[in-house]
Amino acid sequence: MTRILLICSAALLLTACSGDWGWYVVDPTNPKGLINLKFMISGLKYTVLLSVTAIVISIVIGLLVALPGLSTNKWLRGFNRVYVELVRAVPILVMILWVYYGLPQLLGITITVFWAGVIALALSDSAFEAEIFRAGIQSIDKGQYEASHTVALGYMDTMRFIILPQAIKRILPALGNQLVYMLKMSSLVSVIGMQELTRKANELVVTEYRPLEIYTVLLLEYLLLILVVSAGVRWLERRWETDSLNK
Amino acid sequence: MAQIPKSQIDNQQIIQMRSVSKFFGTFQALNEVSIDVSLGERVVVCGPSGSGKSTLIRCINQLEVHNSGTITIDGHQLDGKKNSLQVIHDNVGMVFQQFNLFPHLTVLENLTLGPVRSRNLSKSQATELAMQYLERVRIPEQAEKYPTQLSGGQQQRVAIARSLCMEPKIMLFDEPTSALDPEMINEVLDVMVELAESGMTMICVTHEMGFARRVADTMVFMDHGEIVELSETKKFFEAPDSKRCQEFLQQILPH
Repeated sequence: MTRILLICSAALLLTACSGDWGWYVVDPTNPKGLINLKFMISGLKYTVLLSVTAIVISIVIGLLVALPGLSTNKWLRGFNRVYVELVRAVPILVMILWVYYGLPQLLGITITVFWAGVIALALSDSAFEAEIFRAGIQSIDKGQYEASHTVALGYMDTMRFIILPQAIKRILPALGNQLVYMLKMSSLVSVIGMQELTRKANELVVTEYRPLEIYTVLLLEYLLLILVVSAGVRWLERRWETDSLNK
Repeated sequence: MAQIPKSQIDNQQIIQMRSVSKFFGTFQALNEVSIDVSLGERVVVCGPSGSGKSTLIRCINQLEVHNSGTITIDGHQLDGKKNSLQVIHDNVGMVFQQFNLFPHLTVLENLTLGPVRSRNLSKSQATELAMQYLERVRIPEQAEKYPTQLSGGQQQRVAIARSLCMEPKIMLFDEPTSALDPEMINEVLDVMVELAESGMTMICVTHEMGFARRVADTMVFMDHGEIVELSETKKFFEAPDSKRCQEFLQQILPH
């Protein structure tokens, strides 16, 4: 990752010399550029907060939708199928618009931009999380359920102590992917006015008229964020791997 | 299904199966099987693969729910409802061919999880109990290891200890040595012999005829989902009634 960062900063320095670029808008060495750059980075807080809150909620919903999908009861399985198929079919942008503009009218409530974004992202993602959980849980050998039965564990205990701990280890890479996906999709929440990275960049472009430089910085912001997250997920995977082998 | 009046149940008969049938789709795995097992009795079940041996014992702890007939354990008839689960949990332990240990938990955690969660033992009581049974299967030093770090024989002994920690009255064994390397079979059989000698009620599906001769009170030979031969061990090996059983024994007994 350090290598990628070096290349990026080298490219930044090189192109700064070119006449076609106007790096001054985000040049930390001049006061105006520094202010602009700080303004852009200030969106990071909401991008991260939005994505993390949404992924936590979507994992919870995903699990609650996945479990009925594994039931022997056909109505419960039907609920799982209908939910997954319906939610998966709605484009995220449409979901965001619908939750922000539609849902308050439907329920007669007011909803902040932040929570509209969280709900829309979480709902959209929950269908995918449900499928990931279902696959993860199904990959656990049925002998584990039988052994759990012989030590008198009920359904909840079996899930909590036996099945989910094993399933989550297996689906961790897929969950990591979803977090990356969520970080990227959070940029769409800018359309309803969420002050996250993309929105900040858009606002700056409007005042500075330098879209090339500003969107390049935006792109690097996402790149950096996602590289950090990926590294974090890989570290967690490795740690769990060694945990179960060498303790 | 008629309820068997309490008075007719011989207290000693801990398991009563009456005309039990089990279908998998159209395949009949058990055909009107009846057998009684008394408290402390050691039963060994053998027969060719696909004969219904595993299904028989899996019906006893309701891993498979029988389609017809009655199974009564310790005076309680199993009807697939919550109460019968409680009866099984209180009375029946099981050891599998593939061990089925929980790979993400240490040996000790494998043993204590059941007692802590379902028998309401405290952590320290459960640990004490677990160490006692690990002692008994002779691997107390492996308590902190994970199952994958143990040999097959050790894993199976952990599985036996895990079942014993639930302090069942009946232990079911489903081909406990079939997945083991030959040099590990004896360490598991030794533990099972000791268990048999301690008076545990056991039903073992196994092809280890040496073990069967040594510990079994009753031998059962199954074929095509039916009990073909059910006799006292000595008679079973020396003069079985059915021709099919004679042939089977000739095939599997060493020359």
